[in-house]
Amino acid sequence: MASDKVQQISDADFASVTSSAQPCLVDFWAPWCGPCKALGPVIDEVAEHFSGKAIIAKMNVDDNPVTPGKFGIRAIPTMILFKNGQLIDQITGAAAKAQIIDLVNKAL
Amino acid sequence: MPKTHYELIILGGGPAGLTAGLYAARARLDHLLIEKGATGGQVLNTHWVDNYPGFPDGISGYDLMEKMAAQAARFEMNSIIREVVRVELPEHGPKIIGLDDGSRLTCDSLIICSGARANSCGAPGETKLLGKGVSYCGTCDGPFFRGLHVVVVGGGNTAAQEADHLTKFAEKVTLIHRRDSLRATKVVQEKALANPKIGFIWNSRVSAIFGDKEVEAVEVTGNDGAVSRLAAQGVFVFIGITPNNAGLPLDRLKADENGFIPVDVESCTCVPGVMAAGDICAKETRQIINACGDAAVAVLSAERYLMNLERTP
Repeated sequence: MASDKVQQISDADFASVTSSAQPCLVDFWAPWCGPCKALGPVIDEVAEHFSGKAIIAKMNVDDNPVTPGKFGIRAIPTMILFKNGQLIDQITGAAAKAQIIDLVNKAL
Repeated sequence: MPKTHYELIILGGGPAGLTAGLYAARARLDHLLIEKGATGGQVLNTHWVDNYPGFPDGISGYDLMEKMAAQAARFEMNSIIREVVRVELPEHGPKIIGLDDGSRLTCDSLIICSGARANSCGAPGETKLLGKGVSYCGTCDGPFFRGLHVVVVGGGNTAAQEADHLTKFAEKVTLIHRRDSLRATKVVQEKALANPKIGFIWNSRVSAIFGDKEVEAVEVTGNDGAVSRLAAQGVFVFIGITPNNAGLPLDRLKADENGFIPVDVESCTCVPGVMAAGDICAKETRQIINACGDAAVAVLSAERYLMNLERTP
Protein backbone atom coordinates (compact mmCIF):
# COMPACT_ATOMS: atom_id res chain seq x y z
CA MET A 1 0.00 0.00 0.00
CA ALA A 2 1.66 3.25 -1.11
CA SER A 3 1.99 5.87 1.58
CA ASP A 4 -0.01 9.07 1.06
CA LYS A 5 3.04 10.86 2.44
CA VAL A 6 4.88 10.22 -0.85
CA GLN A 7 4.14 12.93 -3.41
CA GLN A 8 3.87 11.99 -7.09
CA ILE A 9 5.47 14.77 -9.12
CA SER A 10 5.79 15.59 -12.83
CA ASP A 11 7.88 17.75 -15.15
CA ALA A 12 5.22 20.45 -14.68
CA ASP A 13 5.50 20.80 -10.90
CA PHE A 14 9.11 19.61 -10.41
CA ALA A 15 10.58 23.12 -10.06
CA SER A 16 7.96 24.34 -7.61
CA VAL A 17 8.18 21.23 -5.39
CA THR A 18 11.99 21.08 -5.26
CA SER A 19 12.38 24.81 -4.65
CA SER A 20 11.02 24.24 -1.14
CA ALA A 21 13.13 25.29 1.85
CA GLN A 22 12.40 21.80 3.19
CA PRO A 23 14.68 19.04 1.87
CA CYS A 24 13.05 17.25 -1.05
CA LEU A 25 14.03 13.73 -2.10
CA VAL A 26 12.98 12.74 -5.61
CA ASP A 27 12.94 9.03 -6.44
CA PHE A 28 13.17 8.59 -10.22
CA TRP A 29 11.53 5.30 -11.17
CA ALA A 30 9.64 3.46 -13.91
CA PRO A 31 7.06 0.67 -13.90
CA TRP A 32 9.36 -1.66 -15.94
CA CYS A 33 12.14 -1.43 -13.34
CA GLY A 34 11.82 -4.26 -10.80
CA PRO A 35 14.23 -2.80 -8.23
CA CYS A 36 12.39 0.55 -8.47
CA LYS A 37 9.04 -1.07 -7.74
CA ALA A 38 10.50 -3.19 -4.93
CA LEU A 39 11.96 -0.01 -3.42
CA GLY A 40 8.43 1.46 -3.17
CA PRO A 41 7.69 0.20 0.37
CA VAL A 42 11.14 1.43 1.50
CA ILE A 43 10.42 4.92 0.13
CA ASP A 44 7.05 4.80 1.93
CA GLU A 45 8.82 4.10 5.23
CA VAL A 46 11.33 6.89 4.57
CA ALA A 47 8.40 9.26 3.99
CA GLU A 48 6.83 8.19 7.29
CA HIS A 49 10.19 8.73 9.00
CA PHE A 50 10.50 12.33 7.71
CA SER A 51 6.82 13.18 7.94
CA GLY A 52 6.49 16.98 8.20
CA LYS A 53 10.29 17.50 8.00
CA ALA A 54 11.10 16.66 4.38
CA ILE A 55 9.28 16.15 1.11
CA ILE A 56 9.57 12.65 -0.31
CA ALA A 57 8.54 12.57 -3.95
CA LYS A 58 8.52 10.15 -6.86
CA MET A 59 8.81 10.87 -10.56
CA ASN A 60 7.90 8.33 -13.26
CA VAL A 61 10.63 8.75 -15.92
CA ASP A 62 8.41 7.31 -18.67
CA ASP A 63 5.74 9.97 -18.20
CA ASN A 64 8.21 12.81 -17.57
CA PRO A 65 11.08 12.93 -20.07
CA VAL A 66 12.31 16.48 -19.37
CA THR A 67 13.54 16.35 -15.76
CA PRO A 68 15.44 13.01 -15.98
CA GLY A 69 17.16 14.33 -19.12
CA LYS A 70 18.13 17.53 -17.36
CA PHE A 71 19.88 15.54 -14.62
CA GLY A 72 21.50 13.07 -17.01
CA ILE A 73 19.73 10.09 -15.46
CA ARG A 74 20.79 6.88 -17.17
CA ALA A 75 20.05 4.50 -14.31
CA ILE A 76 17.12 3.96 -12.02
CA PRO A 77 16.28 3.96 -9.23
CA THR A 78 18.15 7.24 -8.76
CA MET A 79 17.32 9.36 -5.74
CA ILE A 80 18.29 13.03 -5.82
CA LEU A 81 18.09 15.32 -2.81
CA PHE A 82 17.19 18.98 -3.38
CA LYS A 83 16.87 21.99 -1.11
CA ASN A 84 15.88 25.49 -2.22
CA GLY A 85 16.02 24.17 -5.79
CA GLN A 86 19.70 23.15 -5.43
CA LEU A 87 20.94 19.59 -5.93
CA ILE A 88 22.55 18.48 -2.65
CA ASP A 89 23.49 14.85 -3.31
CA GLN A 90 22.26 11.65 -4.96
CA ILE A 91 22.26 7.84 -4.80
CA THR A 92 22.02 5.47 -7.76
CA GLY A 93 20.65 1.97 -7.26
CA ALA A 94 18.31 0.28 -4.81
CA ALA A 95 19.85 1.60 -1.60
CA ALA A 96 19.19 0.45 1.95
CA LYS A 97 16.60 2.38 3.97
CA ALA A 98 19.32 3.61 6.34
CA GLN A 99 21.35 4.96 3.40
CA ILE A 100 18.35 6.87 2.05
CA ILE A 101 17.65 8.33 5.50
CA ASP A 102 21.33 9.39 5.78
CA LEU A 103 21.01 11.10 2.38
CA VAL A 104 17.95 13.15 3.43
CA ASN A 105 19.60 14.02 6.76
CA LYS A 106 22.34 15.83 4.81
CA ALA A 107 19.89 18.67 4.11
CA LEU A 108 18.06 18.77 7.44
CA MET B 1 8.79 -2.61 26.02
CA PRO B 2 9.25 -3.70 22.38
CA LYS B 3 10.05 -7.31 21.74
CA THR B 4 13.79 -7.93 21.37
CA HIS B 5 14.16 -11.73 21.46
CA TYR B 6 13.06 -14.25 18.83
CA GLU B 7 13.42 -18.00 18.42
CA LEU B 8 14.60 -17.42 14.87
CA ILE B 9 15.95 -14.40 13.00
CA ILE B 10 16.38 -14.47 9.23
CA LEU B 11 18.82 -12.02 7.63
CA GLY B 12 17.86 -10.98 4.11
CA GLY B 13 14.76 -10.86 1.92
CA GLY B 14 15.80 -12.43 -1.38
CA PRO B 15 14.62 -15.87 -2.57
CA ALA B 16 16.37 -17.67 0.32
CA GLY B 17 15.16 -15.23 2.98
CA LEU B 18 11.56 -15.21 1.76
CA THR B 19 11.50 -19.01 1.55
CA ALA B 20 12.91 -19.22 5.08
CA GLY B 21 10.25 -16.70 6.14
CA LEU B 22 7.51 -18.79 4.53
CA TYR B 23 8.67 -22.00 6.23
CA ALA B 24 9.20 -20.26 9.58
CA ALA B 25 5.76 -18.64 9.46
CA ARG B 26 4.08 -21.94 8.55
CA ALA B 27 5.98 -23.68 11.36
CA ARG B 28 4.62 -20.95 13.67
CA LEU B 29 8.12 -20.22 14.86
CA ASP B 30 8.59 -17.00 16.79
CA HIS B 31 10.53 -15.35 13.96
CA LEU B 32 11.65 -12.07 12.40
CA LEU B 33 13.03 -11.40 8.92
CA ILE B 34 15.29 -8.37 8.58
CA GLU B 35 15.84 -6.82 5.12
CA LYS B 36 17.84 -3.62 4.63
CA GLY B 37 15.92 -2.29 1.65
CA ALA B 38 13.86 -3.62 -1.22
CA THR B 39 12.58 -7.18 -0.81
CA GLY B 40 13.59 -9.51 -3.62
CA GLY B 41 17.36 -9.57 -3.75
CA GLN B 42 19.39 -9.90 -6.93
CA VAL B 43 16.49 -11.52 -8.80
CA LEU B 44 14.97 -8.03 -9.07
CA ASN B 45 17.80 -7.20 -11.48
CA THR B 46 16.81 -10.09 -13.72
CA HIS B 47 14.55 -9.17 -16.58
CA TRP B 48 13.17 -12.65 -17.14
CA VAL B 49 13.43 -15.97 -15.28
CA ASP B 50 12.97 -19.07 -17.45
CA ASN B 51 14.42 -21.73 -15.15
CA TYR B 52 12.20 -21.55 -12.08
CA PRO B 53 9.77 -24.49 -12.32
CA GLY B 54 6.06 -23.84 -12.21
CA PHE B 55 6.12 -20.93 -14.65
CA PRO B 56 5.95 -22.56 -18.09
CA ASP B 57 6.18 -19.23 -19.93
CA GLY B 58 8.82 -17.81 -17.58
CA ILE B 59 8.23 -14.88 -15.25
CA SER B 60 9.81 -11.49 -14.66
CA GLY B 61 12.24 -11.30 -11.75
CA TYR B 62 10.09 -8.71 -10.02
CA ASP B 63 6.86 -10.70 -10.42
CA LEU B 64 8.50 -13.86 -9.09
CA MET B 65 9.75 -12.07 -5.99
CA GLU B 66 6.44 -10.31 -5.46
CA LYS B 67 4.74 -13.72 -5.49
CA MET B 68 7.27 -15.13 -3.01
CA ALA B 69 6.71 -12.17 -0.71
CA ALA B 70 2.92 -12.44 -1.01
CA GLN B 71 3.05 -16.17 -0.25
CA ALA B 72 5.09 -15.57 2.91
CA ALA B 73 2.77 -12.70 3.88
CA ARG B 74 -0.24 -15.01 3.57
CA PHE B 75 1.14 -16.99 6.53
CA GLU B 76 1.94 -13.81 8.46
CA MET B 77 5.68 -13.73 8.03
CA ASN B 78 7.04 -11.11 10.42
CA SER B 79 9.54 -8.70 8.80
CA ILE B 80 11.14 -5.28 9.24
CA ILE B 81 13.20 -3.01 6.99
CA ARG B 82 16.42 -2.39 8.91
CA GLU B 83 20.14 -2.77 8.35
CA VAL B 84 22.12 -5.27 10.39
CA VAL B 85 25.51 -3.82 11.23
CA ARG B 86 26.89 -6.49 13.53
CA VAL B 87 26.27 -10.14 14.33
CA GLU B 88 27.76 -11.68 17.46
CA LEU B 89 27.74 -15.42 18.02
CA PRO B 90 28.75 -16.13 21.63
CA GLU B 91 29.78 -19.69 22.63
CA HIS B 92 26.79 -19.85 24.94
CA GLY B 93 23.48 -18.04 25.05
CA PRO B 94 21.53 -16.17 22.41
CA LYS B 95 22.94 -14.81 19.17
CA ILE B 96 23.11 -11.01 19.05
CA ILE B 97 22.01 -8.88 16.09
CA GLY B 98 23.10 -5.21 16.17
CA LEU B 99 20.94 -2.85 14.08
CA ASP B 100 21.83 0.42 12.37
CA ASP B 101 20.23 2.57 15.09
CA GLY B 102 22.39 1.01 17.80
CA SER B 103 19.63 -1.24 19.15
CA ARG B 104 20.12 -4.98 19.61
CA LEU B 105 17.98 -8.02 19.02
CA THR B 106 18.71 -11.54 20.20
CA CYS B 107 17.71 -14.94 18.88
CA ASP B 108 18.14 -18.63 19.64
CA SER B 109 18.72 -19.55 16.00
CA LEU B 110 19.81 -17.55 12.98
CA ILE B 111 19.53 -18.09 9.24
CA ILE B 112 21.87 -15.94 7.16
CA CYS B 113 20.41 -15.18 3.72
CA SER B 114 22.20 -11.90 3.11
CA GLY B 115 23.08 -12.88 -0.46
CA ALA B 116 25.56 -11.20 -2.72
CA ARG B 117 25.89 -8.24 -5.03
CA ALA B 118 27.38 -7.62 -8.47
CA ASN B 119 31.14 -7.29 -8.72
CA SER B 120 32.56 -4.14 -10.21
CA CYS B 121 35.14 -4.63 -12.98
CA GLY B 122 37.65 -2.29 -11.33
CA ALA B 123 38.37 -0.24 -14.46
CA PRO B 124 39.29 3.42 -13.89
CA GLY B 125 36.20 5.55 -14.51
CA GLU B 126 33.75 2.84 -13.43
CA THR B 127 32.79 4.40 -10.08
CA LYS B 128 32.72 7.97 -11.40
CA LEU B 129 30.40 7.04 -14.25
CA LEU B 130 28.03 4.81 -12.25
CA GLY B 131 24.52 5.86 -13.23
CA LYS B 132 26.02 7.88 -16.11
CA GLY B 133 26.32 4.91 -18.44
CA VAL B 134 27.87 2.33 -16.10
CA SER B 135 25.25 -0.12 -14.87
CA TYR B 136 24.86 -3.50 -13.19
CA CYS B 137 21.17 -3.88 -14.07
CA GLY B 138 20.01 -4.40 -17.66
CA THR B 139 16.34 -4.49 -16.76
CA CYS B 140 16.59 -1.18 -14.87
CA ASP B 141 18.70 0.81 -17.25
CA GLY B 142 18.41 -0.76 -20.72
CA PRO B 143 15.63 1.61 -21.87
CA PHE B 144 17.97 4.61 -21.36
CA PHE B 145 20.18 3.30 -24.20
CA ARG B 146 17.70 3.25 -27.08
CA GLY B 147 19.57 3.44 -30.39
CA LEU B 148 22.98 3.58 -28.68
CA HIS B 149 26.01 1.27 -28.48
CA VAL B 150 26.54 -0.55 -25.21
CA VAL B 151 29.28 -2.83 -23.98
CA VAL B 152 28.55 -5.87 -21.82
CA VAL B 153 31.41 -7.16 -19.68
CA GLY B 154 31.36 -10.87 -18.78
CA GLY B 155 30.60 -14.27 -20.30
CA GLY B 156 28.41 -16.13 -17.81
CA ASN B 157 24.66 -16.60 -17.70
CA THR B 158 23.86 -13.09 -16.55
CA ALA B 159 26.12 -11.44 -19.14
CA ALA B 160 24.78 -13.49 -22.06
CA GLN B 161 21.14 -13.17 -21.01
CA GLU B 162 21.33 -9.44 -20.33
CA ALA B 163 23.26 -8.80 -23.58
CA ASP B 164 20.36 -10.39 -25.40
CA HIS B 165 17.82 -8.33 -23.42
CA LEU B 166 19.74 -5.10 -24.08
CA THR B 167 19.42 -5.57 -27.86
CA LYS B 168 15.74 -4.66 -27.45
CA PHE B 169 16.91 -1.11 -26.83
CA ALA B 170 20.50 -0.65 -27.97
CA GLU B 171 21.44 -0.35 -31.62
CA LYS B 172 24.41 -2.62 -30.98
CA VAL B 173 25.72 -4.62 -28.03
CA THR B 174 29.37 -5.64 -27.79
CA LEU B 175 30.12 -8.41 -25.31
CA ILE B 176 33.68 -8.39 -23.99
CA HIS B 177 34.86 -11.56 -22.28
CA ARG B 178 38.25 -12.57 -20.92
CA ARG B 179 37.91 -16.14 -22.26
CA ASP B 180 37.45 -17.41 -25.82
CA SER B 181 33.89 -18.69 -25.31
CA LEU B 182 30.80 -18.11 -23.18
CA ARG B 183 30.32 -19.99 -19.92
CA ALA B 184 26.54 -19.53 -19.95
CA THR B 185 23.99 -22.39 -20.11
CA LYS B 186 23.78 -23.73 -23.67
CA VAL B 187 20.29 -22.41 -24.45
CA VAL B 188 21.31 -18.94 -23.25
CA GLN B 189 24.56 -19.09 -25.29
CA GLU B 190 22.73 -20.13 -28.44
CA LYS B 191 20.34 -17.20 -28.18
CA ALA B 192 23.13 -14.68 -27.63
CA LEU B 193 25.41 -16.07 -30.35
CA ALA B 194 22.53 -16.06 -32.87
CA ASN B 195 21.52 -12.46 -32.09
CA PRO B 196 22.70 -10.31 -35.02
CA LYS B 197 22.87 -7.19 -32.82
CA ILE B 198 25.47 -8.73 -30.49
CA GLY B 199 29.16 -8.55 -31.39
CA PHE B 200 31.84 -10.38 -29.41
CA ILE B 201 35.34 -9.42 -28.38
CA TRP B 202 37.00 -12.51 -26.90
CA ASN B 203 40.11 -12.87 -24.71
CA SER B 204 39.85 -9.25 -23.58
CA ARG B 205 38.82 -7.05 -20.71
CA VAL B 206 37.66 -3.46 -20.24
CA SER B 207 40.68 -1.69 -18.76
CA ALA B 208 39.27 1.85 -18.59
CA ILE B 209 35.99 3.69 -19.02
CA PHE B 210 36.15 7.19 -20.49
CA GLY B 211 33.72 10.07 -20.30
CA ASP B 212 33.26 13.35 -18.54
CA LYS B 213 29.54 13.67 -17.75
CA GLU B 214 28.61 10.33 -19.29
CA VAL B 215 30.28 7.26 -20.77
CA GLU B 216 31.83 7.97 -24.17
CA ALA B 217 34.21 5.07 -24.75
CA VAL B 218 35.98 2.09 -23.20
CA GLU B 219 39.55 0.91 -23.44
CA VAL B 220 39.82 -2.77 -24.31
CA THR B 221 42.96 -4.70 -23.41
CA GLY B 222 43.47 -8.10 -24.97
CA ASN B 223 45.04 -11.02 -23.12
CA ASP B 224 47.93 -10.54 -25.59
CA GLY B 225 48.40 -6.96 -24.33
CA ALA B 226 46.92 -5.18 -27.36
CA VAL B 227 45.04 -2.02 -26.39
CA SER B 228 42.21 -0.44 -28.36
CA ARG B 229 39.51 2.14 -27.80
CA LEU B 230 35.84 1.50 -28.48
CA ALA B 231 33.19 4.21 -28.58
CA ALA B 232 30.16 3.26 -26.44
CA GLN B 233 27.53 5.07 -24.39
CA GLY B 234 26.83 2.30 -21.90
CA VAL B 235 28.86 -0.28 -19.97
CA PHE B 236 26.97 -3.14 -18.29
CA VAL B 237 29.12 -5.19 -15.94
CA PHE B 238 28.17 -8.81 -15.15
CA ILE B 239 31.30 -10.50 -13.82
CA GLY B 240 30.33 -12.46 -10.77
CA ILE B 241 29.36 -11.54 -7.25
CA THR B 242 30.67 -10.39 -3.88
CA PRO B 243 29.07 -11.74 -0.68
CA ASN B 244 27.04 -9.36 1.49
CA ASN B 245 28.91 -10.30 4.65
CA ALA B 246 29.48 -6.94 6.37
CA GLY B 247 29.09 -7.29 10.12
CA LEU B 248 29.23 -11.09 10.10
CA PRO B 249 31.87 -12.82 12.26
CA LEU B 250 33.69 -14.37 9.30
CA ASP B 251 36.40 -16.13 11.33
CA ARG B 252 33.84 -17.74 13.61
CA LEU B 253 31.81 -18.87 10.59
CA LYS B 254 35.02 -20.13 8.89
CA ALA B 255 34.23 -18.09 5.75
CA ASP B 256 36.26 -19.00 2.66
CA GLU B 257 38.89 -16.72 1.13
CA ASN B 258 36.21 -14.87 -0.85
CA GLY B 259 33.99 -14.32 2.19
CA PHE B 260 31.34 -16.95 1.44
CA ILE B 261 30.08 -19.15 4.31
CA PRO B 262 30.49 -22.94 4.21
CA VAL B 263 27.43 -25.02 5.12
CA ASP B 264 26.68 -28.74 5.29
CA VAL B 265 23.84 -30.52 3.47
CA GLU B 266 21.48 -29.50 6.26
CA SER B 267 22.34 -25.80 5.61
CA CYS B 268 24.12 -25.63 8.99
CA THR B 269 27.25 -23.53 9.43
CA CYS B 270 29.98 -24.60 11.84
CA VAL B 271 28.27 -22.58 14.62
CA PRO B 272 25.43 -24.48 16.32
CA GLY B 273 22.06 -22.83 15.69
CA VAL B 274 23.37 -20.76 12.78
CA MET B 275 22.25 -21.74 9.30
CA ALA B 276 22.94 -20.07 5.95
CA ALA B 277 21.11 -20.27 2.63
CA GLY B 278 21.35 -18.79 -0.86
CA ASP B 279 24.19 -16.90 -2.50
CA ILE B 280 26.04 -16.16 0.77
CA CYS B 281 26.95 -19.86 0.98
CA ALA B 282 30.24 -21.22 -0.32
CA LYS B 283 29.12 -23.33 -3.29
CA GLU B 284 29.52 -23.63 -7.03
CA THR B 285 25.92 -23.32 -8.17
CA ARG B 286 23.91 -20.21 -7.38
CA GLN B 287 20.40 -20.43 -8.77
CA ILE B 288 17.09 -19.14 -7.43
CA ILE B 289 15.84 -22.67 -7.00
CA ASN B 290 18.71 -23.92 -4.86
CA ALA B 291 18.63 -20.73 -2.78
CA CYS B 292 15.00 -21.58 -1.98
CA GLY B 293 15.87 -25.23 -1.41
CA ASP B 294 18.74 -24.35 0.95
CA ALA B 295 16.40 -22.08 2.90
CA ALA B 296 13.67 -24.69 3.38
CA VAL B 297 16.30 -27.08 4.73
CA ALA B 298 17.71 -24.31 6.95
CA VAL B 299 14.37 -23.73 8.68
CA LEU B 300 13.88 -27.44 9.31
CA SER B 301 17.41 -27.52 10.79
CA ALA B 302 16.53 -24.50 12.93
CA GLU B 303 13.40 -26.26 14.18
CA ARG B 304 15.44 -29.31 15.19
CA TYR B 305 18.00 -27.10 16.91
CA LEU B 306 15.27 -25.23 18.83
CA MET B 307 13.65 -28.47 19.91
CA ASN B 308 16.93 -29.80 21.31
CA LEU B 309 17.56 -26.45 22.97
CA GLU B 310 14.28 -26.75 24.89
CA ARG B 311 15.24 -30.21 26.10
CA THR B 312 18.62 -29.04 27.36
CA PRO B 313 18.29 -27.82 30.95
